[in-house]
Amino acid sequence: MKPSKLLFYGIIFIIIFLSLLPFIWFVHTSLKTEGEVTAIPPKLVPSGSLNFYRSAITDYNLLHYVRNSVIVAGATTCVTLFISVFAAYALARLRLKYKGLIMGSLLLVSMFPQISIAGPVWKILQALGWLNSYQGLIIPYVTLTLPLGVWILTSFFNELPKELEDAARIDGCTRIQALYKIVIPLAAPGVFTAAILVFIYAWNEFFFALLIMTQQKFQTLPIGIALFQGQYTLPWGEIAAASTVATVPLVVVVFLFQKRIVSGLSAGAIKG
Amino acid sequence: MAGLTIKNLKKSFGTNTVIQDISFDVSDGAFCILLGPSGCGKTTILRIIAGLEEHDEGEIFMGNKEVGNLSPKERDVAMVFQSYALYPHMNVYENMAFSLKVRNLSKDEIDSKVREAARLLDIEDFLDRKPKKLSGGQRQRVAIGRAIVRSPQLFLFDEPLSNLDARLRSTMRVELAKLHQQLGTTIVYVTHDQIEAMTLGDKIILLDKGIIQQVGTPQELYERPSNLFVATFIGSPQINLIEGSLLSNEGRMFFKSGGLTIDLGPRTVLEKYSGNTVILGIRPESLTPGNGPIVGSLEIIEHIGSENILYVATDIGRIIAKAPPDFQGRAGEGISLALRTTDIHLFYKGIRIAVGVLS
Repeated sequence: MKPSKLLFYGIIFIIIFLSLLPFIWFVHTSLKTEGEVTAIPPKLVPSGSLNFYRSAITDYNLLHYVRNSVIVAGATTCVTLFISVFAAYALARLRLKYKGLIMGSLLLVSMFPQISIAGPVWKILQALGWLNSYQGLIIPYVTLTLPLGVWILTSFFNELPKELEDAARIDGCTRIQALYKIVIPLAAPGVFTAAILVFIYAWNEFFFALLIMTQQKFQTLPIGIALFQGQYTLPWGEIAAASTVATVPLVVVVFLFQKRIVSGLSAGAIKG
Repeated sequence: MAGLTIKNLKKSFGTNTVIQDISFDVSDGAFCILLGPSGCGKTTILRIIAGLEEHDEGEIFMGNKEVGNLSPKERDVAMVFQSYALYPHMNVYENMAFSLKVRNLSKDEIDSKVREAARLLDIEDFLDRKPKKLSGGQRQRVAIGRAIVRSPQLFLFDEPLSNLDARLRSTMRVELAKLHQQLGTTIVYVTHDQIEAMTLGDKIILLDKGIIQQVGTPQELYERPSNLFVATFIGSPQINLIEGSLLSNEGRMFFKSGGLTIDLGPRTVLEKYSGNTVILGIRPESLTPGNGPIVGSLEIIEHIGSENILYVATDIGRIIAKAPPDFQGRAGEGISLALRTTDIHLFYKGIRIAVGVLS
């Protein structure tokens, strides 16, 4: 191998290693025993014990937080996508005035720092009596992720040839039928991309979850894990195990859907 | 099947008027061409007929039924798009079956209709292929197949051949003509290509800037163009136009331009234009090398096999003429052109005044 190539791959390896280091570290830690976590010198090969997983589930109620996260992130993803599809379709297809302004405002809203809207959001939820409820977290998440969903889907819909919908309508579809029989299947890569990004956002979100969910009953994984820490205890092993449980589903989902996120699905629709 | 009648159709996009009061009718089973340069509104008319675009004013009848306010679904028309618009996520069979499925036909019925259309178009061998695995000509056939499976009242074609190469285009042209004979369905066909229009159409509607310029058979448009636009749009190479004045002398009419004088013979219809500036139009094939009034020097000769096209520089501008394949002249040589006076067209203020073949 040429020295320049060697340097290239060397740098790539270093970057990947540094990015993965925290992940490797906590997976590694989660598989140790109580004694190994604090052992000096540190043990490079863990004994593969699953004790921390067991105690995270039994002593720290890990599965309860997983359940809450799945409900909140899943519902956020569904609601956001449902609204985004219609909003993006309208923005991509209809002859609207001020289309640029609408898209710009969406982008602007998504750029507000969270802390600037935390107060008003909390006040509104309090007035609605939605603090410590699933919808109390889902609705803010939906508003925060909508700009992302709409932007991604609008660009995908814009790229689909308009003639395909015309053809579908001539073939006997209504506009809505043309949307779900032709446009959405063809924009599937966009829909999946948006779904994954929204899901990841809702799954990872910490700040609003901490603010809104003060009762353990409704807390999501990031909050749950953060609260593993007691006044006098720092259960590293359980935190590592819970972090692994929180991360692995995301990795799996991304790898599964990666196949669907292939562009060029619309190749062959028109000439070329 | 049904004929089509358009009455006083108008359409604007914002302040831009694309169709200004158009009326025409297409008889049942006819092959009607909407011809015109790009931007003349022909595709918009087609989309309005299909129901994809709403019109501002006017009426659209299919048979005796007013369809102007119906959705595309209710109009029972089929359309072939310039870009084919095949559904990329479906194979050929599914593409063709789609419209039948939407209409909830039984599986057996769908199958027999799709296979029959596939046989007619010779695409049975790739029914399970996706559109991206097909060549341009095959895609075109599938697009036509998708249109014919459900035997609609009316076929709409939007420049269906313009994405094909020249050879394929002429093959498909013949096949389209054959298909029309077999199916007998009314067709409205949009094109900017005058060869397609002349060879396929029973009736041509020539448009420019949202206005009908002339309606007629291909022959009528060619031989009796009603104005300068029609005369220059139809025919390749283009008609020669010479500006000059009409003079009458002892009962005979003369056209005079610079050193050129053409004796038009005794034409009483032209006498009222005497002394006026007119434009004389004559098609290249009516000008041949020989002893005649137009003299100049040969600029370029195009040998196209069956004939030669001559570009002649004269003091009244460049004149295009045709010569038989055995023509021996060379560029730079002097030449004189004879013209058939019966093929002359005269235009006064852009409008044709009866003369020549019509006389």
